[in-house]
Amino acid sequence: MAIQDTSRPEAPSTTGPRSVSRRDILKGMAVVAGAAALPTILVACSSTPTTAPGGGGGGGAVTGTVTVGSNHSDPGELKGMQAINAAFMAANPGSKVVMNTVDHGTFQNQISAYLQGTPEDDFTWFSGYRMRFFASKGLATPIDDVWAKVKSNYTAGFATSVTGDDGKVYGIPVDYYPWCVFYRKSLFAAKGYTIPKTWDDLKALCTKMQSDGLIPIAFGDKDGWPAMGTFDILNLRLNGYQFHVDLMTGKQKWTDPKVTTVFQKWAEIMPFHDTTYAGLTWQKAADTLVQQKSGMYFLGLFMTSEFQATENPADLADVDFFPWPTLGTQYDSEAALDAPIDIWMVTSKSATLQADMDTAKAYMDFWSKGSTQLLMFQNQPGLIPAASDTDTSTYSDLQKKAASIVGAAQKITQFLDRDSRPDFAGADGMQGFLQKFLANPTQDTTGLQKQIQDFWDALPPATV
Amino acid sequence: MPDPQVLSLAPAPAPTGAGVVASGPRRRRFSILTRRDKIVLLVIVGIPVFLDIAFIWGPTVASILFSFTNWQGYGGITAQNIVGIQNYTFLFTQYTLFWPALIHNLMWLAFFVFIASPIGIFFAVLLDREIRGSRFYQNVFYFPVVLSLAVVGIIWELQYAPDGFIDSALGLTKQTNAIDWLGNPSLNIWAVLVAASWRHVGYIMVLYLAGLKSVDPTLREAAAIDGASDVQTFFRVIFPVMAPINVVIVVVTVIESLRAFDLAYIINQGTNGLELLSILITNNSISEASLVGRGSAIAVILLVISLVPITLYLTRVMRSTGE
Repeated sequence: MAIQDTSRPEAPSTTGPRSVSRRDILKGMAVVAGAAALPTILVACSSTPTTAPGGGGGGGAVTGTVTVGSNHSDPGELKGMQAINAAFMAANPGSKVVMNTVDHGTFQNQISAYLQGTPEDDFTWFSGYRMRFFASKGLATPIDDVWAKVKSNYTAGFATSVTGDDGKVYGIPVDYYPWCVFYRKSLFAAKGYTIPKTWDDLKALCTKMQSDGLIPIAFGDKDGWPAMGTFDILNLRLNGYQFHVDLMTGKQKWTDPKVTTVFQKWAEIMPFHDTTYAGLTWQKAADTLVQQKSGMYFLGLFMTSEFQATENPADLADVDFFPWPTLGTQYDSEAALDAPIDIWMVTSKSATLQADMDTAKAYMDFWSKGSTQLLMFQNQPGLIPAASDTDTSTYSDLQKKAASIVGAAQKITQFLDRDSRPDFAGADGMQGFLQKFLANPTQDTTGLQKQIQDFWDALPPATV
Repeated sequence: MPDPQVLSLAPAPAPTGAGVVASGPRRRRFSILTRRDKIVLLVIVGIPVFLDIAFIWGPTVASILFSFTNWQGYGGITAQNIVGIQNYTFLFTQYTLFWPALIHNLMWLAFFVFIASPIGIFFAVLLDREIRGSRFYQNVFYFPVVLSLAVVGIIWELQYAPDGFIDSALGLTKQTNAIDWLGNPSLNIWAVLVAASWRHVGYIMVLYLAGLKSVDPTLREAAAIDGASDVQTFFRVIFPVMAPINVVIVVVTVIESLRAFDLAYIINQGTNGLELLSILITNNSISEASLVGRGSAIAVILLVISLVPITLYLTRVMRSTGE
């Protein structure tokens, strides 16, 4: 059961043949959904709600208050949130959005205490296992009524990603971001580098970059989770999607020789990574790419916000990316990658929730519109809107490419810490184990793998 | 008539600690108390006892009980949650972060006791000699103490950064030779200890300086007349006279070491070489992991460790007050 649940956005494979890219699907969806969605968009944009739209998306204008807990603490995302809240209040005169923004990492660390205490009505969170975990603890309110109205705006993969174990829907997908290898076009052109297609290409390119005085692969693992991205992509290429899912849910053992091969491959390219990675945040690591000190960087698309932060449009125009090279296994054709989905959810313990319920649900409804998601996207280009009716004409080449890479992927995963138990993936669990590996990549990992499995086995029985 | 006598006795139980006083002579005096006196006493003793139980003994006992469960903070605790000593066996035999954390705590203690505190005492002795600019140095050394540890952490993070002051001053700016002070798991604990000592030295200095100022100057004069050197005067005369302050210094040092948390947490949330027991408790029980049982087990272990210096200190204090 968990396997099915974790296999979220296979959007492309469930919506159409593999050769069709996500962009095409989005176009197709826009045509279908366009007629129905258009009035809603108009209402959302105009500040005079003349008629309350029945069905098709809008839940009618509301006049209450909604409190929202947001982890969008980065400057660009904060601006996006403010724009969205203003748009919501404009579309619903008399309504009020009270936002509480908490630093992204802190929000995540305190999530269980937060949801059990006195949370806001609505909150930002992650799809998949992380959502189902809290839903199963009764800490989220099902929103099937909202979903029934807005589901036509999402592909099947997204629908799976917000469905709980009880079959009810608990979230509204708002954006996603693929993990790819980023580089500067100008640097590659100047040095005559070519995009590596295979593992050997990658290593050859790294060697060349090193001789050119560059850090071949930027890396910053101070926060513990970025290393999980590298583990995931190597695991997906070497052992395939199904092994990833089974490993994350405990159906496969960490002592499996397949995991050993992941560490061995990783050790081959570790010497090409930034040696000061352990003290660097992802932002600082991204800056080495901005400053052309490093050649490539494997991270989520949100990384491009560091290129936007320079406030020089040429920087953002210069950044490009390619999917992780193939490793010569049968799983290369899956072209699988991590593309985590962010969602909005409704809490269950909020003191004001009963009074605010209509507004709280209207806010969720509002988030399901492409026009709303675009407001965030305009301020944080690394978060691609999830709604099908999103106006893609404002997408840059980068974002179109990101959408098409996700479309071309046969299998999509969330991320190591989103596909697995929160008590397994944390700072004192998997993050710590990966840091131990990175401190000495050429070690015999048998002992380490046993420690990981012991750690897993000692966790309380999963109730999900 | 008994009233003034009682009033002079009444405050006595509070400082010695509420629960411990029930000796013979006291009981006899109780019998001569009026009803009103008893109520007053009950209130005076009862409130501290209640607070003590509610805020110290309650949570302590709860932690100990939690440590035998695998409760994750959701819903009630059922019989299925009780796992016996499983948390402890896991910590001691399998949890790879536990022993490093314990060792780091002990390193912290040793570093403070043998290096940071003696330096603070040394500074205090120097400044006590009324050297020129004594006030200025006092302020300089005390300044870090005024800063919150969060600020101290940020200051030192900038110093230790790969492109920060220290590496730049040493000329280590290249990818190949830069020292990653806070990232290198075998180096960063020392870097943090230096940062923590930066603050601790000033703290000890001020405490000790205050003590030195209160030493009777005639003792020094007598020692000087007897022909004792400065070093002899300090170790043979001043240091023994300072015994009460010395105990305070030891206690402060031990407490600061055992509760070490802030700096390491700010730098990298206490991971990758900066594990500390206090941080393991937090990361396990309060974070998203919410492993309340395991976090409690670590807390109990930290409590047991803390009991050693606490017991030593209390027996000392009680023996001296008993005399």
